[in-house]
Amino acid sequence: MIHITDLHKTFGKNQVLKGIDLDIDPGKIYAILGPNGSGKTTLIKCILGMVIPSKGTIEVLGKPIKNGWRYRKEIDYLPQIANFPGNLKVNELIEMIKDLRNAPGQEDELIRIFDLEPHLEKKMANLSGGTKQKVNLILAFMFNSQLLILDEPNTGLDPRALIKLKKLLNKHRGKGKTLLITSHVMQFVEEVADEVIYILEGKIYFKGTTSELKKETGQIDMEHAVAELMKSEIHGEST
Amino acid sequence: MGKVLKYSFYDLIRSRWSYIYLLFYLALGFVLLFLNSDLSKAVITLMNIIIVLVPLIATIFGTMYFYNSKEFTELLLAQPIKRSDIFLGQYFGVAGSLSLSLVLGLGIPFMAYGLLRSGAVFNFSLLLGIGVFLTLIFTALAFNIAISNENKIKGFGYAVLLWLFMAVIYDGIFLLSLILFEEYPLDTFSIIATALNPIDLSRTLILLKLDISALMGYTGAIFKKFFGTHWGFWISIFVLILWAGLPILRLRYKSIRKDF
Amino acid sequence: MIKKGVASIVFFLWACSWQISAHTVVVCKTCPVDSVKKGIAIAQASDTVLIQKGTYPEYDIYIDKPLTLKGENYPVIDGQEKGEIIKITSDHVTVDGLFIINVGVSYTTDHAAIRVIKSEQFTIQNNVLERLFFGIYLEKSSHGKVYHNKIIGEAKDEYNSGNGIQLWYSHYVEVSHNHVQGTRDGIYLEFSDHITIQRNTSTKNLRYGLHFMFSDNDVYTQNTFEENGAGVAVMFSRNIKMYDNTFKKNWGPSAYGMLLKEINDAEIVNNTFEENTIAINIEGSNRIRYKDNDFIKNGWAIRVIGACYTNTFSGNNFMNNSFDVSYNGKLNDNQFKSNYWDNYTGYDLDRNGIGDVPYRPVKLFSYIANKTPETIILLRSLFMDIIDFSEKVSPIFTPDNLMDAEPLMKKRQ
Repeated sequence: MIHITDLHKTFGKNQVLKGIDLDIDPGKIYAILGPNGSGKTTLIKCILGMVIPSKGTIEVLGKPIKNGWRYRKEIDYLPQIANFPGNLKVNELIEMIKDLRNAPGQEDELIRIFDLEPHLEKKMANLSGGTKQKVNLILAFMFNSQLLILDEPNTGLDPRALIKLKKLLNKHRGKGKTLLITSHVMQFVEEVADEVIYILEGKIYFKGTTSELKKETGQIDMEHAVAELMKSEIHGEST
Repeated sequence: MGKVLKYSFYDLIRSRWSYIYLLFYLALGFVLLFLNSDLSKAVITLMNIIIVLVPLIATIFGTMYFYNSKEFTELLLAQPIKRSDIFLGQYFGVAGSLSLSLVLGLGIPFMAYGLLRSGAVFNFSLLLGIGVFLTLIFTALAFNIAISNENKIKGFGYAVLLWLFMAVIYDGIFLLSLILFEEYPLDTFSIIATALNPIDLSRTLILLKLDISALMGYTGAIFKKFFGTHWGFWISIFVLILWAGLPILRLRYKSIRKDF
Repeated sequence: MIKKGVASIVFFLWACSWQISAHTVVVCKTCPVDSVKKGIAIAQASDTVLIQKGTYPEYDIYIDKPLTLKGENYPVIDGQEKGEIIKITSDHVTVDGLFIINVGVSYTTDHAAIRVIKSEQFTIQNNVLERLFFGIYLEKSSHGKVYHNKIIGEAKDEYNSGNGIQLWYSHYVEVSHNHVQGTRDGIYLEFSDHITIQRNTSTKNLRYGLHFMFSDNDVYTQNTFEENGAGVAVMFSRNIKMYDNTFKKNWGPSAYGMLLKEINDAEIVNNTFEENTIAINIEGSNRIRYKDNDFIKNGWAIRVIGACYTNTFSGNNFMNNSFDVSYNGKLNDNQFKSNYWDNYTGYDLDRNGIGDVPYRPVKLFSYIANKTPETIILLRSLFMDIIDFSEKVSPIFTPDNLMDAEPLMKKRQ
């Protein structure tokens, strides 16, 4: 699905990615974890083509993505911060994205799931954070792309919506899609993710299933397992 | 690019700034014509305003739009759209809506006061044409500044500075060098220095149609030969196109390489 | 004695009436008299020589007795570029209705189509002059009339072209209703006083439309001067009255609507200056009254060079000029009063039609442009406006007493 070799990225003097090799297989949910500033979002943006790698190659569906843009038809992306042009109404935004992608979308079902009907005629600028995030989710899920990249999908959602999101994720995995998720809520990750990719200082520190992670760190839940990983990071730095 | 342009334009047309801009020009046009019903006089006064205000508004509005549409840009970047199309689309959306406000805002009052029946039609069209050119040029420069500066405040600062330089400081330096080197032949220097600043070039182009007597009277044959002929006119237009084209090319270049 | 006297008066009257019923000599190509020269030769004093339609290849035609030379349907006198064509040396001569062409160009003699020498009471009218060197040349001839002639030259260079109508040491002449174009100077006056120039049109001449040199007490009214090399020049003359003329489109480097040089006691009233590079250029001229003139769309309306004294400017309209007034010296005792300035931004609280704050017509930019002409390229730039504004607030370079204390709020109709 995605094949990354020796990926480097430097912003000015700041080296963010220091040689990432990664293979993402289809049909699974991957959770990308790591402390703040470890390079999670940069990695995602590299895959999306929003950040241009300094070195290394990324292949999506068997083709290198350098300077390309058509491959993004196969990716649905949920950005971390749900900011949209404030002048547009919700349904206008949905129509616009459909028009821009030149693809039909299954938004009706999603609108129902997230109870957005009363908000369709409102302008984006007037929506609450949680509602914005719901719109964000609709835009990401309404197309039937092979690859879904979700940057912090659970921010701002109430428990009801969160349960619906989890259902949605499982449904899409069931369709054989590949999902890349970042999140800070370990419980959420534990519930949905098949595999965990832990990034530390621009390198992949751990890659494996959640049970493998727990086994390796000797912890019983994800939260402690990841905390353990972070501890070793601090430990690693001090040596 | 077409779709991005469509949505940027659509977005702008509905923003209140476009209306303020449009209303400003409408008011300006009507007030000018109300104060002096002499159409050619109004065209001259209008020129002063267009030469100064259009670049200022294009610069500020261009930078503002670029920074404010960051979310829209990021949304678009994740879509299967060519990168350069995203920025060129937004650019033409902004420049297009500004130009439309200008042409409508000034066109309507002048039409209402019987422009078509007067001899000032050509001067007026030239004025609007140059206004559109200045909008294209300064919006492009503003986008260039904004795309090269992450920091909003810094970007705004540079944009205003650019306007100040082009509209005022440049002419001050120009004047000083003319006075300092008055013993030397200055015709060629003047022509080149004029062409290097789009505001000066636009002003000269309009002046040639309005104040030709003053310009022709005092300056040497080269001057008259250059700006006074069709050849000079088209060269000037070409330079204006260059002034708009080069920043657009740089914008395209930058947009392909920038990280978001 | 008385009877004898009466008889002699009767005889005299009889003789006069005989003279009045003068003969007419007809000239035509098929007549016994087939040339103008022959016609003049056989004509008696006060006869009319009637020249019928045809082409007469003649030059050096001398008229040395009082005659009327009249053309019927514009006969052509073709000088074949061999020299002067008609030369008048007698009083009471009329030349009327001729089509005179091909005057010889010479670098040593000023050949003219019609020359009048030391004669009085002449009338030159209704003639058409083409392909000429000098047109009508009055030399020490007074009390005559040059009326309704059309002079069309094709002058290319100043050194080998002549003037349309030239007056040299001639006084009390009326020049009116003529059309002069394409010559060096349209109308040229040198040492000629008490001349009236009226309703002429002088256009597209190489140098000046009208040119005065050392000529006093002349009047010119209701003339139109358009697209001449340098407009109208009035030099070294006194008491010239200039009324109701139109000066238009005299464009180009060193072109003026009107150039005044060493002129004293003149009156310039009710003229229109439109689209000239410099409407009036004034050099060393004193006691001139500029009143009720219109200055429209000129580069400079009034440009004053050198010392000028006791000039008054009042009731003039200044509209759409790039610069209204330019001064390169002191104001002296010249006065601007009650003019209309379209750039005036003052107010009139007591509503008496006169602005309550004075208007200062001189801009710093016009001062700079006088010193460094190339700076004109910065005309109407924001920078210049700022500079002009600061100079307006606190004058440093321009005479601070140059102002119109009573500017009109509305233009004089």
